[in-house]
Amino acid sequence: MNKLFFKIFSLTIGFSFLYFPILTLIAYSFNDNKRVMVWKGFSFRWYKELFQNEQILEAFYTSLKIASLSATFATIMGVMIGFSLTRISKIPARPFFIFLSSSPLVMPEIILGLSLLLFFISSNHIIGFPSSKGQLTVLISHITFSVAFVAVIIQSRLSSYDKNIEEAAQDLGTIPNMIFWKVTAPVILPAILSGWLLAFTLSLDDLVVASFTTGPGANTLPIVVFSKVRLGLSPEVNALSAIIMLIVILAAISIYLINRSNIKK
Amino acid sequence: MIKNLKKQNVWFVFTPYLWLVLFFFVPLALIFKISISVSEWGMPPYRDLFSFSENGLKINSTLGNYLFIFSDPFYIRSYLNSLSLAFTSTVLCLLIGYPIAFYVAKSKPSIRNILLIMLIIPFWSSFLLRVYAWKVLLQGSGIINSILIHIGLISEPISMLHNHYAVILGVVYTYLPFMILPLYGYLVKFDLNLIDASNDLGAKPLNTFVKVILPLSLPGIVAGSMLVFIPVVGEYIIPEMLGGSDKLYFGKIIWDEFFVNRDWPIASALAMSGIVILVFPIIIFQLMYAKYNFKNE
Repeated sequence: MNKLFFKIFSLTIGFSFLYFPILTLIAYSFNDNKRVMVWKGFSFRWYKELFQNEQILEAFYTSLKIASLSATFATIMGVMIGFSLTRISKIPARPFFIFLSSSPLVMPEIILGLSLLLFFISSNHIIGFPSSKGQLTVLISHITFSVAFVAVIIQSRLSSYDKNIEEAAQDLGTIPNMIFWKVTAPVILPAILSGWLLAFTLSLDDLVVASFTTGPGANTLPIVVFSKVRLGLSPEVNALSAIIMLIVILAAISIYLINRSNIKK
Repeated sequence: MIKNLKKQNVWFVFTPYLWLVLFFFVPLALIFKISISVSEWGMPPYRDLFSFSENGLKINSTLGNYLFIFSDPFYIRSYLNSLSLAFTSTVLCLLIGYPIAFYVAKSKPSIRNILLIMLIIPFWSSFLLRVYAWKVLLQGSGIINSILIHIGLISEPISMLHNHYAVILGVVYTYLPFMILPLYGYLVKFDLNLIDASNDLGAKPLNTFVKVILPLSLPGIVAGSMLVFIPVVGEYIIPEMLGGSDKLYFGKIIWDEFFVNRDWPIASALAMSGIVILVFPIIIFQLMYAKYNFKNE
């Protein structure tokens, strides 16, 4: 009895702590008042204003573009790292390559942002590339910190699955390219998808590195939101939070349902 | 498969490492170079490391930036504040997160999957907006003040924003999922029969926890603590949004040195010292932990 009480108690407190701030924000996004915390009445006013706010819409589009490109490149390179670390048994200086690929994981983002910005400025100075700071420099930076995260996911999947399947395919005379597409790829596909998704959200969520490496015409959504809420509150941002939460909740529920139907099969 | 790899394919495999060397290690080397350069007005705002004059090659390097940082208690205090913030919030995340992860992992599979989805939702939603949510909640006219006034604990709104307690709260809130998810990952694999076995053999619940459950979830504790500690050390957003002037943190100092004071050499020296002071202990810890694991296996 005592145990059950403690279980229900800690789960209730824990989940309330996680959800109370988010739910409050969603509730106040319907508040028809410029002063965020003083309730005046229910309205969709801030949603309308949000969808008329060119700056936010454009930033949202920029963020989606950078995030999907960054996730795609980071996933391709993450897979290559995952393979080279788990499948080449005679890779020389293996610890060195592990060090190379995992260092970005432990680097505070503020240092990463600063060093990349100074690098872009110097390289512009010396070889004229990149010609200016903008979407390209943000993209390069996002790829750089996402690669390591994707590589970890791919590596753990590759090292936990049975290599004999590949060898069996080889013994049966399958050509190496076919082995990859018919045997290895389907097995690591879930890891590739979750790696891509992680890289996508890392890029979408990043404020610090993007603030350093951005330039004219490359304001991402977090940069615009941060400039709005740094010094005060913004009812439009409340509406934006509610929409993002809705998207995340729908995505989570559909993943849950897909998983459940897969298990039933 | 790889045995049959052609030579050009091997090069193909190594391109990501080239990318990381170019965009991760070269920039780090560059900030090291700038950190030992002399500040100067102009663009770029530092003097070239090498210059040629009638006396031949001259090297304009200096340790002055580092001496300046380490002789000024302002910077030292900001390093210590960041370390203590990271330590406090890691411990708090562990204390709050462990029971949640444990009970979610121990639930019936049908409930467990729903609870797991509920843990992942805040993890996937925007970091910045979750910090902003606390800014809304802690306002003088915010909901927490209203509740406290309503139940009569306080008579006037108290200022809960812009101090280091608000920063700790914000950090614990946003980083809690980073602690819970790896803990859950290890606890869910854990065989519940071990607890029954320990109980049947007469161990008290506390003993079972300390001697059986805790050692088996240690890798999860380490992974979760790393995921919280490392980013919090360089955290900029949370102190900027919720913090005040009572405590300054390392991430914000670098930001201000660079964007406000435009002092590249000092900002670079701060970043380099940050790496040495904060990142090296973590790497050493990881190596030691890897050795410990290796011995136990």
